[in-house]
This record gives sequence, C-alpha cells and structure tokens, in this order.
Amino acid sequence: MSSISVGSQAHDLSHAGGHAHTQSFLSKYIFSKDHKVIGIQFLFSTLIWFLIGGLLALAVRWQIAWPWTKVPILNHLYAAEGGQMSPEAYTMLFTMHASVMIFLVIIPILAGAFGNFLIPLMIGADDMAFPTLNMLSYWFMWPAFILLAASFFVEGGAASFGWTSYAPGSSNSMTAPGSLNGQTLWLMALICVGISSMMGSVNYMTTIIQMRAPGMTMFRLPLTIWAMFITAILQAFALPVLTAALSMQLMDRLLGTGFFTPEGLTINNQAVAGGGQPLLWQHLFWFYSHPAVYIMILPAMGMVSDIIACFARKPIFGYKPMVYAIAGIAGLGFIVWGHHMFVSGMNPALGMTFMVSTMMIALPSAIKVFNWLGTLWGGKIQFTTPMLFAVGFVSMFIIGGLSGIFMAATPIDIFIHDTYFIVAHFHYVLFAGTVMGVFGAIYFWFPKMFGRKMNEFWGKVHFFFTFIALNCVFFPMHILMGQPRRYADTWHVSVFRHYQPVNEFITISAIVLVSSQITFIINFFYSIFFGPRVGRNPWHANGLEWQAPSPPGHGNFDFQPVVYRGPYEYNSPEVDEDFYPQNQPPPKDRPLVSEEMGH
Amino acid sequence: MGKFWSILFLCVTFFGVGTFMFGAATGVWLPENVGSETAYSIDHLFKFILVLTGIVFIGTEVTLFYFLWRYDGKTNQQPAKFSHGSHTLEICWTIVPAATLLFIAIYQLNTWAAAKMRTPMANGYDMAPTVEVTGRQFEWRLRYPGDDGILGTKDDLFDVNDLHVPVGEEVLVSLKSMDVLHGFYLPNLRVKQDAVPGMKIPVWFRPMKEGEYDIPCSQLCGWGHYKMTGRLVVESRAAYEKYLADLKVRQNSVVPPWAAQQAAESIPAQGTPEQTASAESGATSAGTSSNNTTSSLANTNR
Repeated sequence: MSSISVGSQAHDLSHAGGHAHTQSFLSKYIFSKDHKVIGIQFLFSTLIWFLIGGLLALAVRWQIAWPWTKVPILNHLYAAEGGQMSPEAYTMLFTMHASVMIFLVIIPILAGAFGNFLIPLMIGADDMAFPTLNMLSYWFMWPAFILLAASFFVEGGAASFGWTSYAPGSSNSMTAPGSLNGQTLWLMALICVGISSMMGSVNYMTTIIQMRAPGMTMFRLPLTIWAMFITAILQAFALPVLTAALSMQLMDRLLGTGFFTPEGLTINNQAVAGGGQPLLWQHLFWFYSHPAVYIMILPAMGMVSDIIACFARKPIFGYKPMVYAIAGIAGLGFIVWGHHMFVSGMNPALGMTFMVSTMMIALPSAIKVFNWLGTLWGGKIQFTTPMLFAVGFVSMFIIGGLSGIFMAATPIDIFIHDTYFIVAHFHYVLFAGTVMGVFGAIYFWFPKMFGRKMNEFWGKVHFFFTFIALNCVFFPMHILMGQPRRYADTWHVSVFRHYQPVNEFITISAIVLVSSQITFIINFFYSIFFGPRVGRNPWHANGLEWQAPSPPGHGNFDFQPVVYRGPYEYNSPEVDEDFYPQNQPPPKDRPLVSEEMGH
Repeated sequence: MGKFWSILFLCVTFFGVGTFMFGAATGVWLPENVGSETAYSIDHLFKFILVLTGIVFIGTEVTLFYFLWRYDGKTNQQPAKFSHGSHTLEICWTIVPAATLLFIAIYQLNTWAAAKMRTPMANGYDMAPTVEVTGRQFEWRLRYPGDDGILGTKDDLFDVNDLHVPVGEEVLVSLKSMDVLHGFYLPNLRVKQDAVPGMKIPVWFRPMKEGEYDIPCSQLCGWGHYKMTGRLVVESRAAYEKYLADLKVRQNSVVPPWAAQQAAESIPAQGTPEQTASAESGATSAGTSSNNTTSSLANTNR
C-alpha cells in the first residue's frame, strides 16, 4: 500500500472528472495524449510499415532466386535496361528492408505500441507519467517515416550500404548511388527514431517506478512490464551512443569531417579527406545495435510469458529466475557487441573476450526457454490463437538461440560471417521469434484495444500458414553454408552455383509467407468493426488490464485497483475459479498459499 | 485440435533434422575444404557444435511437443499443477548449460589463435608477406614482392583478380583496401577477413589441394559487391614460379598506368601521386553478368 506515490495520487485526482469533459476529434484521436490512443497509433503505423518492409523483402528474394528477371510490379519503379532490377536497386532494397523492419517496425511496435498500451493498464495507472512527452514520442516518428519514404525518390535513391551503414562506404557520397543523398536522409530519420525512443523510454521508466497501483510491488509486476522496464533502461543507456555515431557520420557527409575515413583514400578515383578510423563506426554502431537486438526481443519474451501462463492455466514457472534472466540478458547485452566484429580487423585477442561473454548470454536465454517449458508442464492448455503464436515463439526461439552459439564461436564465425547462416539466425530471432510474439500479443490484447475479439478460426489459419511458410523460408538458409549475404547474383561464385534450387524454394515459400498475412489483415480490420463484442475479461486472465472496461475509457479504470498478489495465480487453491485476478481480495475462509517458489 | 497443433510443433524437429540431412546428402552444405589443419578444425568445431545444439534442439522441441500433447486442456483430466517453480531445477538448468557453454568457449580458443593470432614464422622470424591484396571497387589488386622478396620495391609484380599460390605452403597475405570495406573470403579454405582502409591486416592460410577456387568479397562494398570475385589458383611450386616469371616478362614490356601509380605511391622519395584515369569507371549500371576475372591488365599487355 505504501508504494503509491504522491504524484500518482495527484494525477488520479486531476483525472477524477476525466470522463466528463468532451474532446474534439483532433485531440481525441490524432493529437491524443491518451496512452491507449498513442499505442494504437503506433500499432497502425508500424503495421503499415511492416507490409512495406515485407514487400521489399519479396523483391530482394525475387532477385536472389531468379536474378535479372523482371520483378512483378516493382520493375515499373526500379527498371534498368530490359525491365530487370539493377544491382544498385538491389542494394537499396535490402538496406531499406532491414532499416524499415528494425527501426520502423519492430522497435516501435514493441515499445511504442505495446509498451504504451499495456504499461499503465497492467500496473493500474490512469495514464503515463508524462502524457505530452508520450504524444511527442509518436509524432517524432513521422519525420522518420517521411524521410525514409522520401529517400526512395531523391537522386541516387535510398541508402544502400546496409542497415549497418558501414563507413567509409556510407560516409562518403561517391561510393554508391545510395550514398549520394539517401544516406543523409537515412541518418536524419534514425536520429528522429532515436529521439522518439528516448522520450518513450524515460516515460516508461518513470511510469513503472512511480505510478504502480497500491499493492503492486516490483515482484508482482507482470513479466511484460519487467521486460518493458528493462528494455527502457537499455534504450536510455545505449541510444546516446547511436545518436553520437549518427551525428558524426552526418558531419562526415555534410561538413567534411573525417571521423570514419582514414588518410589517403581514393574513392571513385577521387582523393578524400581523412584522419579517422572505419572501425570506430562499427564499435559505436554495435554498442547500440547489439543491445537493440535485445530491445527487439525482450518485450516479446515478456508478452509471450503472460500469454503462456494464461492459456496453460498455471502460474509462470520460476517468476524470479525469469526476471533475473531478463536483467542478465540486458546486462550482458552491453558487453557482447564485439561479436559482430570478429573478422572486422579488430584485435583478435579482444575477439576472445567477446566470445566468452557472448557464450554466456546464451545462458539466460536457455533459462527462459526451460521456464516456459516448465510452465506448460502439468497445465490445462487451451489452444487459442494467441497461445499458438506464443508457443510458436518458444519453438522458434529455440532454433534462433541455438544457432547463435555457432557465430559466438569465433573460429566458426570466420567461415559463416556475412553468409546466409547469419541471415537464418537473426530471422529466426526477429521474425520467427519477435514477430510471432507480436502476432500473439495482437490476438491476445485485441479485445482490450477495441472491445471486440478477432476471429479464432481465421487466426488459426493465419498461424498455420505463417508457421509452415516461415520455416520453409528460414530453415533452409542454414544449409546454404558460405553463401555470401547481400549478393545480387550468387552465380558469380562458382562454388555456390548449385545452391540455386534451394534459393528458389526459399523465394517461393516467402511468397506464400507474405500472402498468408492477407488473412491477418482482413481479420484485423473486419474484427475492429464487426468482431463479437466481449466483456472485460474474455480470456479469464489475472492481469489488472483485464479488470478495466474493454476498451478502457479515458483514465482507464472506473475504480481504484488495489493489488493483492502476482499476476500468475491461475488455478490457485484459494479460489474456485481457475483464475484469480490481481485485485480480487483474498477469501477469509481459506488458508492463503505462499507466492514463493517451491523447492 | 490440441493434438493436431502438438504434432505441427513436433514437425519442426523432423523438418530441422531433415533439412540438414538433405544438405549432407545433396552437397548443398559445406563447400569442399582444401585447407590445412586450421580449416579442418573449423569444420570440426562446426560439426561438434551442430551435434551438441542438435541434441538440445531435439530434446527441447520434443519436450515441448510432449507437454502440449499430454497437458491438452481438453483431454487432461487432472487439475493444473499449482506450482511456482523449483529451486533445484533452476539451479540444474543454470549450471549445466553454463558449464557446457564455458567448455565450448575454451575448446575453440586454440583454433581461433591458429587462425588469427599466431602469425606464421619462417626460419624463426616473422614470415614476409607472400602477396599484398588490395580491395578496390570492385576488384582485388595483387602485388607480389618480386625477386627481392620485399613488398614496396621497384621489382614488385602486379596483377588483378588472379591470385596464384603454391600448394602445401603457408601463404601470408597483407590485406589492404583502397576505398571502402571489402571482405577477403576463401570459402574453400574457411578464411575470411575484412579489408579495412587505413589498415594492413595479415591473413594466412595453407592450401592443400591444387585447383581453382573463388575469392568472393564478403563485406558489402557497393552495387558491384556481388561480382567482386577473384580467382585463387593453387598450383605446384614450379607452376607458381613460372607464373611469376611470366608476369615479370609481361610487366616489363608495358606498365599499366595504375600499377605505375601504385608503385610510385609506395616509394615516399618519389613525387606527388597524381590521379590517373583508371581502367574501371565507377558506378554504372550493370545488369548483365560480366565475368571480371580476366583483368584489364592482361588486356593491356596483349
């Protein structure tokens, strides 16, 4: 009870009459300071970019499978002679696929959409600590959206030196068409994304620390909130380094500084100013972007934990080890960035230390997998659509986690670095992992967002085809040993020519994968308007968010939630139902069961 | 439907194992290894970790399947276990993976040291580079030390994209880049090293089988990245020396402008490096697949 802060109380009072005053359409739905509206704005924006990123990936895959043949639809936009895709366009497409997916989809959909929507609801607050800052964090995404979209149409096209934008290729304008102007827009867009993320992360941290409902101790928080909290800390500490690096590259490009360009370079037959070091960019970039890998997976892990506990009708197995594992991943995440640089020219002795820390980061991931399995053990599993996606996440994360051990092993990384084995690995983590978790979360919290349920049958059809197709796309990449990434045409390397049938199989599967998302799009929009209406707690879940109306009004709760226990007390002997909401007062006539872990 | 979904998750196990078996059977897998012990120990480590992770993969995926099958809420008559976890289990599955991972980490250190840290020696001294390889958009420029065995002198021999090395002997490459990052990659020798402008990075390997192999670029270097492929010719000592002698004769007849420029730049006493027109122009569209292995140098000399 003592954990409620003065600020939170004042906030409650100021919103006591929140339902009474009316808002104009503009302030209610467009420039809204309501965390739920902002969350849904993030959700819609990122889903649109998800579609764009997926189509970019299809174009890339098409070129890999059938090099220099006409790409359907896209060949009108990027036709070279004879309607074929030019190699410049190819480098641009995979660069933008990754940039869009990472910076405009995965990071904002996890932190922006679900972080925003869920944090206040799950901790029993009426809104974020800083609603205006929250609104700004969404609107700072728009310059990024516009800059990245516009970069396709500037002279030279969009950025084309990979989403990692390794200097000096990216920092000198004459190295590639995309480095002419597109790279500048790319850098400015990423700075805007960074500002947005930073605004979000300070808000999330403050909200989680300051605005928990009475009785909501830190160890009664749902794992989703723990993951969001630790992700926010990661963002806050890693982002300044990225922002510095982006600014330095921007200065290299616009002001003629030479942070990342060494002395004596000749680019495109022109001498360029130097004095810098290309490896500096890689260190600074990965110092952010490796923690960013965990920013892109931890919230999904948290949401998946909540979904699995709910549909296994069982308490989460090892709650505290799960929290420590998240914290462990985050802590170790700061000292493993060098594993992206084993063959970069970095001192090989440094490679050894990064190898040991990278090996160790597999440990908390393994602990989480074992605890998810432990949660399923002895449950009464309900195979709902969100549960299928959550279990799919676990199943796929096992593959993504295990394949990571290969590249942590420095000698093996010499061979597989910059090859399709890496592509397979991170797509298993980010697509088969995070995106599956995100789909699960959308199906799970959709009733809370819109007051209606998505269609279960079509949800399962969506899962079935997505699950099969994604495995057909990404698993065969593991056996394309040595095939280099980012090649517009592998035919030039004779040793890999016989991989071509596998590449064609992957592309066909990718077309199926993207097509099967149509079921989701239709289901999503149909259900917003015509889905069956649901009450407050359609899944019989324990979290506080399920005690608010569906959808919650401005100010969220129509009562002051008081928390008595953790969020995973399913099938507790204290009550007759198989769920036990966090705010339900304990019965007086039954013995109380300890929340602590058994022995 | 619970049983159906359980089996779908079990299929992941079969699909995963099946894919690797398909790869091993059809040869869509590890390219032929023609390297020395270091290259073989990289393959050995890969297979060792593949077996280890394979066991964990099958174990966890089958457990997942079994729990889904056994504890399907529709058929499982027993009440759900009200358990919050187990300290004993947590300690077990922390210590066992930690020990395994630490073992893997230590087990591979020797190979890493052999591949990247123990520079090759000749007669008790650091070996002199066999060849200097310089990445440039989008070709590999080569420079052999010539008769005096020292790079950067007047008798250096130049070539492009056509690296000849003697079989069974240690080769030490001094790797540089003229413009952006490149990646010197020998798939058949399990060698990879980024070429970084401003740095001179030693790369060594010992090819054990005569033949022609690829030198693809492994680090994105621009639009022509995909066709920046050189040729590695592994041949007998006699053939290698004949190749160098031929190169010398060819080079003494005509010196291509860029080679003269490169030679001048490396000798500080000589005058200012002037910008000469290069054989290759920069960013032009190339949709057709042109083979770059025959160098502009060879054309100039004929």
